Amino acid sequence: MNFAFSDEQEELRRIIRQFLEAKSPSSEVRRLMETTEGYDSAVWSQMAEQLGLQSLTIPEEYGGQGYSFVELGIALEEMGRVLLCAPYFSTVVLATNAILNAGNDAEKKALLPGIAAGETIAALAFTEPNGKWDAAGITLEATNKGGEWVLDGTKSFVIDGHTANLIVVVARVAGTSNTDGIALFTVAGDAAGLTRTPLATMDQTRKQAKLDFAGVKATPLGEPGQGFAAFSKTLDQAAVALANEMIGGAQCVLDMSVEYAKVRVQFGRPIGSFQAIKHKCADMLLEVESGKSAAYYAAWCAAEDNDELPVVAALAKAYISDAYFHCAAENIQIHGGIGFTWEHDAHLYFKRAKSSEIYLGDATYHRELLAQRIGI
Amino acid sequence: MDFHDSPAEAAFRAEVRGWLADHLTAEYAALGGVGGEADETGWDVRREWERLLGAHGWVGLSWPKDHGGRAASFAEQVIFQEEYARANAPARVSFFGEGLFAPTLIQFGTDEQKRRYLPKIQSVDELWCQGFSEPNAGSDLANVQTRAVLDGDEWVINGQKVWTTLAHRADWCFVVTRTVEGSQGHKGLSFLLVDMHQPGIEIRPLRQMTGSAEFNEVFFDGARTPADHVLGPVGEGWSVAMATLGFERGTAFLSRQLAFQREMQDLIDAAQKNGAARDPLLRNKLAGHYVGVKIMQYNGQRMLTQMSRTGAVGPEASIGKLYWSTWHRAFGETAVQVLGTDGLTIRNDAPYELDALHLTFMGSRAETIYAGASEIQRNIIGERVLGLPREPR
Repeated sequence: MNFAFSDEQEELRRIIRQFLEAKSPSSEVRRLMETTEGYDSAVWSQMAEQLGLQSLTIPEEYGGQGYSFVELGIALEEMGRVLLCAPYFSTVVLATNAILNAGNDAEKKALLPGIAAGETIAALAFTEPNGKWDAAGITLEATNKGGEWVLDGTKSFVIDGHTANLIVVVARVAGTSNTDGIALFTVAGDAAGLTRTPLATMDQTRKQAKLDFAGVKATPLGEPGQGFAAFSKTLDQAAVALANEMIGGAQCVLDMSVEYAKVRVQFGRPIGSFQAIKHKCADMLLEVESGKSAAYYAAWCAAEDNDELPVVAALAKAYISDAYFHCAAENIQIHGGIGFTWEHDAHLYFKRAKSSEIYLGDATYHRELLAQRIGI
Repeated sequence: MDFHDSPAEAAFRAEVRGWLADHLTAEYAALGGVGGEADETGWDVRREWERLLGAHGWVGLSWPKDHGGRAASFAEQVIFQEEYARANAPARVSFFGEGLFAPTLIQFGTDEQKRRYLPKIQSVDELWCQGFSEPNAGSDLANVQTRAVLDGDEWVINGQKVWTTLAHRADWCFVVTRTVEGSQGHKGLSFLLVDMHQPGIEIRPLRQMTGSAEFNEVFFDGARTPADHVLGPVGEGWSVAMATLGFERGTAFLSRQLAFQREMQDLIDAAQKNGAARDPLLRNKLAGHYVGVKIMQYNGQRMLTQMSRTGAVGPEASIGKLYWSTWHRAFGETAVQVLGTDGLTIRNDAPYELDALHLTFMGSRAETIYAGASEIQRNIIGERVLGLPREPR
């Protein structure tokens, strides 16, 4: 048993951190969050060319480096720490895993090298305007018209859906219900019949779009109608990935709080010497460390692709959803008035914490999922 | 990062599992999962079982080989605990001796002291208790007032200890005393080893909210111990006591998380049996506790990996202690909620006798107090892990 990162993994973390501190300071986050695209294409290219971040977990036969989910977790944790504005989660976590899980060899060969090279930005469209993404909630219809598949319906809350040039769509074969008939397709971002509307997001650091499909011609990804298992696994992997990203943000708000508590003086002493503040920070550390244990363990299960993945995915997402939001909220309280200003970064993390908490299901949702999966 | 057993670890696991399968039989097996370090149920049989463990080298697993141990790594200790829990073997009786005193003795004791005490702990011939808390030295442990004065070649001890768990079962007590006249705070304390079977010691049971009396008041009225029965230098007992607390917060609780997993499963079973598991809010709470108990496992594994590298328990152990005690308390509250109206009645009211879930509900209230109250753990985390300034005093 060994629950620690290897020296190589620590080195990878150091390199990514160095890059992100240079490329994604708060000033850049604030510049990009005001744009519709929400990312810097030059930095995106550098991520691919200098660090190979987009190709990290893609197998070598599809143009990637073949690293495991543990390394992906490290990258995401570092991105979450600085609130990187980039279509990384959508492209590398959601779409890439959907393709790896659902696609056949030819489809992977066609789609993954472009992602690995940083040329393709991809999104996974699964949630519908009703806010549901479970099997029963997926209603966007796929119809086979003379050997050609056509999509009709609407997806919403699609992360980076307006900037992606490749969209993986989770649809339902017309006339099916529940888990039977779930089908994955790919469409180009500029496909005829597809209308993309950027949404005004509460968390401006992560962009979303509504996608209306009106007779959009689509290419099957895997066997249409057999997509549920691949989609379900993608969601578990995404929950683990998001948990790792979130814990990076949680560590950052803890660091901000502790730093401020050491220097802010009231009543003639640093506020961190008061137990009221000290104990808040201690509780935050407990949550951050516990969250890391869960996130890292879940990443290892995802890397091993073992039977524990569905359970630990729900477990990690449940715990870290609560922990990150709690820490981000306490960070504002510890900072007092300055923490409520637009100028201070506390609100950026607060909003990211809430959007990440809700995305893919909040803690209550994942505890119920967990209850089902462990047989309560 | 790898959670699989190495070949050596797998072989050790097989050895433990095989031994338990061969020896955990009949009356020992019947006591499966019964008791705890502060629960005397089945005491005599449990003590016999532990003698058997000791005779086969399963007590003092982590001790150096020249002191009769196996020099087991942290990973091997975990494996032993896992297999012990899997086999549902009886709760151990020598927590204070094997779990707290022995590692402190190994760190601070002379060779002669180690030769004197360790074999008797391993053979379960001598049980220990912990003489730390006093009526005016709880969270402020450094305010110890029990005094010891040298009279020839013996210490003479006067004072009072309290919350002394299983003092009435113990043969020996490690006692934090003030040995430097006029000293204050953590200076001038010594860590004395005192025979409990002597006229100068009186033990009075303290009945707890659970109805039973595992802990006691211990009065020292001219109690004596030889001058060389002191662990570490005279006047330097504080650092020895802090090391003991480190073990209490760290390695000693390895087995706890596994017992909690069993309690968790028992509660899930109870909730399914009485239908509480169909209530969406209770399902959510149960799943939340499950999250907590698994994270306790992952936290423990991370801490062990860290300890294997540094060789020591750091202040981070406070995170673990705060975590498990808080978790168990909340779990106990849910347990009674799951029982519903059945939770309004107990097994027996004269004497006041509790079932397992009620015992958890009440017993867990002590856990956020002993071995450093949660508020003390938060101070340690804040000051020694996060580096926040100390409270002006």
